[in-house]
Amino acid sequence: MVGLAALTWLVAWLVEAPLADWLTFSVFGLTRGDHFGEAVGFFLLDVPKVLLLLVGIITVVTLIRGFFPPERVRTALMGRGQLTGTAAAASFGIVTPFCSCSAVPLFIGFVEAGIPLGVTFAFLISSPMVNEVALVLLWGLFGPGIALVYMAAGLTVAMIGGLVIGKLKMERFVEDYVWALQGKGGALVAVKLTWEDRIHDAWSYTQDLARKILPYLLVGIGIGALIHGYAPTDLVAAIGGRSNPFAVPIVVLIALPLYSNAAGTIPIVQALLGKGLPMGTTLAFMMAITAISLPEFIILRRVIKWPLIAVFASVVTIGVLFVGYLFNFLIA
Amino acid sequence: MKKIEVLGPGCANCKKLEANVHEAVLMAGITAEVVKVTDYAQIMAYGVMSTPGLVIDGLVVSYGRIPSAGDIAVWLSE
Repeated sequence: MVGLAALTWLVAWLVEAPLADWLTFSVFGLTRGDHFGEAVGFFLLDVPKVLLLLVGIITVVTLIRGFFPPERVRTALMGRGQLTGTAAAASFGIVTPFCSCSAVPLFIGFVEAGIPLGVTFAFLISSPMVNEVALVLLWGLFGPGIALVYMAAGLTVAMIGGLVIGKLKMERFVEDYVWALQGKGGALVAVKLTWEDRIHDAWSYTQDLARKILPYLLVGIGIGALIHGYAPTDLVAAIGGRSNPFAVPIVVLIALPLYSNAAGTIPIVQALLGKGLPMGTTLAFMMAITAISLPEFIILRRVIKWPLIAVFASVVTIGVLFVGYLFNFLIA
Repeated sequence: MKKIEVLGPGCANCKKLEANVHEAVLMAGITAEVVKVTDYAQIMAYGVMSTPGLVIDGLVVSYGRIPSAGDIAVWLSE
């Protein structure tokens, strides 16, 4: 069963690009190099490509991260020093599942177990910012170099953010009822799962997620296709290019009201890079869309007060700006 | 009579789990009291952070996933 699924995936992956090319330029008879032809070609190439990557990646990644539930991460983080705790929390953020609906129980659970606030925030920053799906997508589309750069950048921001919040002594901005729960949590009974359970869980999660992010993805690819076919390279370069020192803050501002799953941003990122936007500026744009999320800030209000939310949002924003400038500087 | 608790703040997955629980009770042919636990203090008391969690007679049998009605029925019959 599993072997057959893997084989089908591989065949689809290999025939996808020539098929899209053939459809666009032979069947539809569109012209290569023409705005419309290039946009349609991009769309037809990218929709199945990104979908295939997503389904394959999410299934495998979900399977792996099933071994790192937040409960286990919490145990691993307990009783660590500020520095090692922050580094470990940021790293766990990559593999541990997180969605805005689980932010509140996760936060309470960490605080309840006596994990320092800075360490908790390192995790809260890294989890949405270094998205494992985005990581593997970047790997598949642009190669390992850029994927690793993305991961390193996110981890750096999460660690610095966690250390800063830890130093600021913001404990009084956590709601009192959360402190009241401290030390009242029970020990979790280990639940054994068979491989069959795990594969079944991973597959149903993938189907669920694919359905949820499909609209984002289609819009993302649509925008990517428009940029690819129509956006004049000169305009993109004038706004986002190296000659404009404010390119990074400008793209972050554009990204602020946008909130999307990381998967939806990849096609846009791909098109922008193709138009000559520098790597750092592009990464900043992508991270601002996924990590600076208004819904998440509002949900967190249930456990922390506005000043701490404001610090959290500022730290993430500054971190994203820093990553943008740093990588523009590093990758010339 | 068994006491079944569904831990979760009321997200879509928690509702799915609750539906599976009701189905499992019918499958197992037993009588059971099904309680929804939405209070975080009570959820934390079981050591669960990833919802939905499932507790049968005070024992956590699953968390962070949605077990099938068939699996739950087996646990109920044990």
